[in-house]
Amino acid sequence: MEERKYIPFTEEMRREYTILVPNMLPRHFKLFLQVFKNYGYTLELLETSGHRIIESGLKYVHNDTCYPAILVIGQFIDALNSGKYDVHKTALILFQTGGGCRASNYIFLLRKALEKAGYGFVPVISFNLGGLENHPGFRLTIPILHRLFYAIIYGDMLLTLVNQCKPYEVNAGETERLADELTVELADKMQCEGVSFKKVKENCKMMLSRFAEIERRNEKKIKVGVVGEIYVKYSPLGNNNLEQFLIDEGAEVVVPGLLDFFMYCIVSNLTDIWLYGLNKLRLPVLKLVFNYLVGQQNAIIELMKEDGNFTPPTPIKHTMELIREFMGLGTKMGEGWLLPAEMLELNDEGVHNIVCTQPFGCLPNHICGKGMMKPLKEKNPDMNIVAIDYDSGASKVNQENRIKLMLANARADMEEKERENGSEPAVPEKNEKIFVKNT
Amino acid sequence: MGDIDIMVNKNTAAEYSLGIDIGSTTAKIVLRKGEEIKLERYERHFSQVREKTEELLRLVSGITGDSQIAAAVSGSAGLGLAEAAHIPFVQEVFATGEVVKLKEPDTSCVIELGGEDAKIIFFDGGLDERMNGSCAGGTGAFIDQMATLLNITADELDKLSLGAGRLYPIASRCGVFAKTDIQPLLNQGARKEDVAASIYQAVVNQTIAGLAQGKKIKGKVLFLGGPLYYCKGLRLRFKETLKLNDDNAVFPEYARFAVALGASYYAEKQSDTYTADSLISAVRGAGAVSGGKGRLKPLFADEDEYEDFRRRHAESSVKSAVISGYAGRAYLGIDCGSTTTKLCLLSENDEILYSYYASNQGNPVEIVREQLSKIYELIGDRITISGSAVTGYGEELIKHAFSVDCGIVETIAHYTAAKYFEPEVEFILDIGGQDIKCFKIRNGAIDSIMLNEACSSGCGSFLETFAKSMGYTIEDFAEKGLHGTAPVDLGSRCTVFMNSSVKQSQKDGASVEDISAGLSISVVKNALYKVIRAASAAELGEKIVVQGGTFYNDAVLRAFEREIGHNVIRPSIAGLMGAYGAALYSKKYEVSSIIGSKALKSFVHTSKSAVCQGCTNHCRLTVNTFGDGKRFISGNQCEKGLGNPEPSEPLPNLYEFKRNYLTSLKSEEGARGTVGLPLALGMYELLPLWHGFFTKLGFTVKVSPMSNRRIYEKGQFSIPSDTACYPAKIMHGHIECLISEGVDAIFYPCLTYNIDEKMTDNHYNCPVVAYYSELLKGNVDDLAKVKFLYPYLNVNNKRELSKELYSYLSGFFGDIKKSEVKAAVDYGFKCYAEYMEAVRAEGARALDFARRNNRRIMILAGRPYHIDAEIGHGIDKLANSLGFAVVSEDSVFRLAEPFTVKVLNQWTYHARLYRAARYAAEHRDTELVQLVSFGCGVDAITTDEVRSILESRGKFYTQIKIDEITNLGAVKIRLRSLIGALEERSEPLGGA
Repeated sequence: MEERKYIPFTEEMRREYTILVPNMLPRHFKLFLQVFKNYGYTLELLETSGHRIIESGLKYVHNDTCYPAILVIGQFIDALNSGKYDVHKTALILFQTGGGCRASNYIFLLRKALEKAGYGFVPVISFNLGGLENHPGFRLTIPILHRLFYAIIYGDMLLTLVNQCKPYEVNAGETERLADELTVELADKMQCEGVSFKKVKENCKMMLSRFAEIERRNEKKIKVGVVGEIYVKYSPLGNNNLEQFLIDEGAEVVVPGLLDFFMYCIVSNLTDIWLYGLNKLRLPVLKLVFNYLVGQQNAIIELMKEDGNFTPPTPIKHTMELIREFMGLGTKMGEGWLLPAEMLELNDEGVHNIVCTQPFGCLPNHICGKGMMKPLKEKNPDMNIVAIDYDSGASKVNQENRIKLMLANARADMEEKERENGSEPAVPEKNEKIFVKNT
Repeated sequence: MGDIDIMVNKNTAAEYSLGIDIGSTTAKIVLRKGEEIKLERYERHFSQVREKTEELLRLVSGITGDSQIAAAVSGSAGLGLAEAAHIPFVQEVFATGEVVKLKEPDTSCVIELGGEDAKIIFFDGGLDERMNGSCAGGTGAFIDQMATLLNITADELDKLSLGAGRLYPIASRCGVFAKTDIQPLLNQGARKEDVAASIYQAVVNQTIAGLAQGKKIKGKVLFLGGPLYYCKGLRLRFKETLKLNDDNAVFPEYARFAVALGASYYAEKQSDTYTADSLISAVRGAGAVSGGKGRLKPLFADEDEYEDFRRRHAESSVKSAVISGYAGRAYLGIDCGSTTTKLCLLSENDEILYSYYASNQGNPVEIVREQLSKIYELIGDRITISGSAVTGYGEELIKHAFSVDCGIVETIAHYTAAKYFEPEVEFILDIGGQDIKCFKIRNGAIDSIMLNEACSSGCGSFLETFAKSMGYTIEDFAEKGLHGTAPVDLGSRCTVFMNSSVKQSQKDGASVEDISAGLSISVVKNALYKVIRAASAAELGEKIVVQGGTFYNDAVLRAFEREIGHNVIRPSIAGLMGAYGAALYSKKYEVSSIIGSKALKSFVHTSKSAVCQGCTNHCRLTVNTFGDGKRFISGNQCEKGLGNPEPSEPLPNLYEFKRNYLTSLKSEEGARGTVGLPLALGMYELLPLWHGFFTKLGFTVKVSPMSNRRIYEKGQFSIPSDTACYPAKIMHGHIECLISEGVDAIFYPCLTYNIDEKMTDNHYNCPVVAYYSELLKGNVDDLAKVKFLYPYLNVNNKRELSKELYSYLSGFFGDIKKSEVKAAVDYGFKCYAEYMEAVRAEGARALDFARRNNRRIMILAGRPYHIDAEIGHGIDKLANSLGFAVVSEDSVFRLAEPFTVKVLNQWTYHARLYRAARYAAEHRDTELVQLVSFGCGVDAITTDEVRSILESRGKFYTQIKIDEITNLGAVKIRLRSLIGALEERSEPLGGA
């Protein structure tokens, strides 16, 4: 069989080309970009939004393909069309996880789309921890990977802290401002400080104390967890600004971090060995990496506990324990077991209200999302889950109406619990604020 | 929005409480004083949400005067109003829950159907509330739409349904699907009573499948909402289906007002109170708030552009002659479409002597009879009908009823007509009432045909239904669209989605003009991006003819020109093109066989239903009888039901062969108990392996039967995701079957990896095939009654497989020995290899047979489970009946060399598709038809690739999307078009 043809990203391109990066998690990705910039790459994060992206996606990708593919490819083509870039000096990068889900095909769909749109000459780099294509000008070295890993830690920390501060901040915008500042600062630090876990811990402590300084109202809000397919879960472009909507509705949003997903991918490789006896030689390395990550995650959790101002995330091993009763760890396509596991993790942390996001027709989610709701709820009657499908044709009003139903139940539940505890039910002023969105 | 001054009085005890529920189609209010209802109103708002609310509030004002009122708004269209007017809002399902807890505390379940929403609330075992997903019909609007289709009012539909004698299966996923099932039924002459009841049954099925999702509806059930209040027949269907008696099926008097009532109770808990006048001014003030987002450019920049457009299209008209002034030969073309019937009588010089275009009102036979009588009256003895042809959905029925000379497939009829207007036409797009058809013409032959899949159909009739629901005729509605200044952007998805998008734009205060224009643009985008999948206008070619009734709509025509960026030809007889083409086609006849004027006078037509006893499929037949004793039977999936004798040597059919092989696997009485194997999804591939394994291991093996509709319905209630593919959903029925057979254990393993057939990037299963057991475990309660065995296995390594199976099974059956498992695995693989070899050998025999007998070969390429009688809907037999030797993808793919495809080739089943396509591409006598399951995400990737493999060698690509729909009519059109196109290309058989 002949090799599939693609345009390699050469050493020369590295010097002259700008690599466009699709957005998913804004702060994480800004940090990632910084890592690559430090190694001599020119990258630009696409922060565009708007209807043109969807239009371009629908035009060049099979319309039944998952929504994230339509958005990401649409965003690329829209950018190439914008005239902002010299298309002959531009490359694209796509992040992929691989596996039995159709998402592993994104890169080929992107190349097909580029060809159709007349950009067949634009090189595409697949950022994939599995089988990487050979791009002489783009290599993931151990030092880069190491730094990227710390970028994930910083990004997750920012995500967690912003979510826990923003709904309560007294001075509007303060949280976001601080997070923006810190993103720049951390990027700088990664450049000049080098990498050592000691430094990472110091920086995390610094972040904790800086966020603790934000003046916050002491009020009780409904906590809403967000889980789901990784792109629509995180990307505001994919989920119609879900986080902001929930905050406007008076909720505190809890989103599990990217590190969990990263570790899930490693577990997926481990299950291939455990269950099927494949690639046994990789076992020692995988175990080593997994244990290393677990160790670092635990250290950060410890740090947060010592600090005491914020709720730390759940250690992955505990999350894995929670899911065992419901689903085998061998379910590894898409978000696999991690999706229901994160619902349980949230429930365990006392976050009973959950939005489960998925692209319309997402195959793994038939099993891991909607397929797991019944057994999960049976065992945990407190869980209040709503599944929301995202897609180019889905109407925002329908999505919001369903989320509002979930919130109404959450509120009733909270009031009941407060009554049981003998405290006063929620104050009317707050109610008004929750029920009538300020326009 | 601080400038809206509302007199809000906080914390004043209100005298009245008011609940306002504004749904997608109706507005409801309830005014209470204490527990006494002072006012109740239920009215359609025709999208004039603010005006209607104001009107209702004035009624309130007449009662309350200056008294204080607690008020709250609910409902999907109420959300925007509440926000803009600063009146408390309560989510509607939540409001319902509150009322029920108050009024009927012992209720276990509430089913509430509204205009566009359907909701279910479970009270037993923790409150659980659900609403229909974004892809679901089965609601009031759906019933209205169906009534429109039958050309009756919703009331009449209800009355009819009570006289039903039988039920037809109608797909319950969404309105568009159901319509696909209903229209052929009507065209084939099914009784309206039966269709009406079947429509209700579809709503019931949708509620159970789409909403209950794995939870059984039992105990005391409360039925709420307008449709359930008004439709007696619907209530009946619910009661019968859910097996409820009068005590536990409750239809309360306040059914229509439950949400409004709930809102009124919710209002009492709010601190704000109003007077009727302050509410009115708040609502009026909300009028100032209007969304400016998501708008498109108007269809015409200015009046000049519009005038130019009109002038240009006026040129493409066809000659006509006065019938009374003509004498000689004439040719009749009939196009019996899904929603409309068209007739066209041509002179020898191709002038139109007479034409007819109108809705077939559910009874095309009567329309054609009427028109023929009229024509005979007009032509007298001067004119002779020398030839006649019929095309369209009702082709066969009309052909038999009136002895029409020939029936031709629609695509050929349309091409014949289009060629008349533009001899060099490159592309024809026809948007009819229900379907979009388009074909590319290359070198004077139809090169590729694209029909819309069930999910984006309903275009023309959708616009019409929509116009009616807003209180306009389609003509007026289209006219308005031309003048929309800022058309709303409604996206390009299925029409059910559009309903919600329109709802949203109404909320934003969009005008009818802008909605009409927006809908037209959406219809066009649907056609371009969903059906044609065009990236640029250049792909379609320069010479484009657009036709079909929908293109009479100038707004649609203009939107199309705008979208593709250049002008097109719309013949003045856009809606008549099928009939015109058929008439042109019939010019080859000298003497017509068509029914004479005398015989026509005594023409009678009756239809009744029957069930075919030809095989276990038990097709539901409609038997049409005509005056002269002629019969026409429809609804059959094969030729048996027609009473035709079987051909002496049947054509090869690999699907049949595989079915027979798999269902005749023998099992012996085993000492270890009975293991059930569900014959669905991946089991269709590996059944011989597992059957052999468990037999050898000392188990009695019980395989669930071939699927049918009943099996599907048996498991329907536990399906958690209604958008999963049909092959997955049917699995639930197989599990129920096995459990009711009393098996000790059920085995369906988790297989991340499928059999490695080499030369591919990987060999995965799709996520659904791989992990469906995990879902079954969590959702099928009765699985607790048996041992459910679903180990994660590696089927590519006998040692690993034995090891894993041993450690897993010994946990359930303690006496199993390692050596036994190993031997059983070996035996299982031997059985599997034998099966695959048999399939290969039969494939080779089929190819050889076809070539010796000069038959066309069809690779019906799907996945192993598509051979299932219910999932495949007998398409294989249909292909046989059209003269094809049918082979499966797995029987021939090895005959083509492996090669590199442009996509990641990582699924075993799909890798076979690519190679089978290559085989077809390399052989002139072989065509490939791809079967695609609706909802199969993987096929979004494979279809484009298979198409490009075929088209790279100039072959036709034909795709059939299959779902619960049992309408073979559309499939037949596709396959006949394929044959027609092959013949047009004059591609003789033999000597490949």
